[in-house]
Amino acid sequence: MFKKLFTKKRSRIFNLYRVFRALFISQYALMVEYRAEIALWAISGTLPLIMLSLWSNSQAIYSFGYNPINLAHYFISAFVVRQFTAVWVMVSLEEDNLEGKISPYLLQPVPPIFRYLFSHISEQFSRLPLVLLMIFLLFLFKPNYFWLPNIGSLIISIGTIFIAFLLRFLIHWIFAMICFFTDKASSLERLLLIPYLFLSGMIAPLEAYPEQIKQFALLTPFPYILYLPSKMLSSQSFNQTINIEVLFIWIVVLSIVSVFTWRIGVKHYSAMGA
Amino acid sequence: MPVIRVKDLSKEYLVADKQPGLIGTFRHFFSREYTSIKAVESIGFNIDRGEIVGFIGPNGAGKTTTLKMLCGLIHPTSGVVNVSGNIPSLRKYKFLKDITLVMGQKQQLIWDLPPIDSLKVNAAVYGIPDKEASYRIQELALMLDLKEELNRPVRKLSLGQRMKAELLASLLHRPSILFLDEPTLGLDVNSQLRVRDFLYNYNQKYQATIILTSHYMADITSLCKRILVIDKGQLFYDGPLAKLTQQFSPSRLVRLEFNEQINFSLLKHYGKIIKQDNYSVKLLINRNDLPQKINNLLNNFSIRDLEIADPPIEEIISKIYSNKIE
Repeated sequence: MFKKLFTKKRSRIFNLYRVFRALFISQYALMVEYRAEIALWAISGTLPLIMLSLWSNSQAIYSFGYNPINLAHYFISAFVVRQFTAVWVMVSLEEDNLEGKISPYLLQPVPPIFRYLFSHISEQFSRLPLVLLMIFLLFLFKPNYFWLPNIGSLIISIGTIFIAFLLRFLIHWIFAMICFFTDKASSLERLLLIPYLFLSGMIAPLEAYPEQIKQFALLTPFPYILYLPSKMLSSQSFNQTINIEVLFIWIVVLSIVSVFTWRIGVKHYSAMGA
Repeated sequence: MPVIRVKDLSKEYLVADKQPGLIGTFRHFFSREYTSIKAVESIGFNIDRGEIVGFIGPNGAGKTTTLKMLCGLIHPTSGVVNVSGNIPSLRKYKFLKDITLVMGQKQQLIWDLPPIDSLKVNAAVYGIPDKEASYRIQELALMLDLKEELNRPVRKLSLGQRMKAELLASLLHRPSILFLDEPTLGLDVNSQLRVRDFLYNYNQKYQATIILTSHYMADITSLCKRILVIDKGQLFYDGPLAKLTQQFSPSRLVRLEFNEQINFSLLKHYGKIIKQDNYSVKLLINRNDLPQKINNLLNNFSIRDLEIADPPIEEIISKIYSNKIE
């Protein structure tokens, strides 16, 4: 009996692996078709480098424990993290909802979330060479900014960046469910951009914030999307109240919330005419 | 035993009303008024395994809404739907593997990639092993006359090729119940024929149950023995196509060709003149009087050729839709 159950479970896992592989391959092929657009998106994600140039001449950085080099490491890491945590699922889902493309997905025996997730993951892979090229050029012009994290922390950082991406994806996915209730849900993406910019550590490291704002930021998931993986990638010590365990807790909580919001959204979609 | 059972099925939508003009816009902004639209009203029918049923009606009659309820995309307001032992709106794994919905105006293929890429995704999604998927793709491609088109980006395919590729993608998992919403929409005559042949062969080979909506009556007449006619959300005919013709058109169309020019006013006693020119005429003659009147015509006129047929189904349907039934 156990053998039968084990074989069945193994077969399900293998099927899921086949679905993920097929989605990744097809979406990667699609992203390669859009390589010019991806290059433009990659260039448009340079806000952390702009913030670096603004902050690097300021004496204020010493007051919150930074010097020009470790500040550069932080913002370069933030640039990398931002590149690999880009999420546009609200726009995609809204478009698919308005054009009725989501209907065929709902009639297939695989949750539609995986299509959107793998569209993002494959985009990250197609973006990778461009980001590496941009980093190479940056180090070429600013060799004093160069650093190399050790292999162990690099692997952990890559894993953290991926989990941070999942966290941001889940936040956007939950808000994207509004698409099932209104035609212009993607405007919420702009609303989400404000707390993301200010609370994630994008415009300044969290250490630069007044204590109350910093405490407030730590209650939200945003520092885990950018600040935490950036600090890890730049091999810098960080506020101990922020750690990977909390990141995992956010993932679990938002996964549960996303299941409920998806059910409510699809129920409304199905009630209104699909 | 029916594979599809529908009883008292209804669907109502709330639609926001907006008055025209600036005042209407302000009112709409602060307080919205909704009207309930009955898209489908208490319809019922059963469909057996292997049947091909035509589902026809004018635009906005409720055809697509009904199909969407049957495949589980939308939830009914009331009534019972059972498709192969499942409640469609629950969208259970087993049910989803058993059905497909093809919509002529919607597509599931990835626009910028060749169809083969979407087919590989579908094969994985439905758990079809690679070798079996390749075999099925070859088999269906042969039936649909698709070859190198499977390796060209979808955006580069003609409408007909795209529709055939859509069908292939929708049928790769060999569903036993097909919901087809205008699968020949916008196709040229040859492509329409090819799709019809394919659907017929698929039905024969796999004993698939097919519900088909189409505005092309040729699709219906060549594939469906039974039709459902819906208008304003209500089902008002369910039966054989031939019986529909008899029920809603009590006359038959008689075309006569004469050896000489005649006085057409003499023909008014035989039936309603539809069309006339120098030597020929088309008459609508009541079915019950047909043998007697044909006999009289042959006795009284020098006739070179005679043809008796039912009026074109398009005309009958058009009359039904516009409530101009004879």
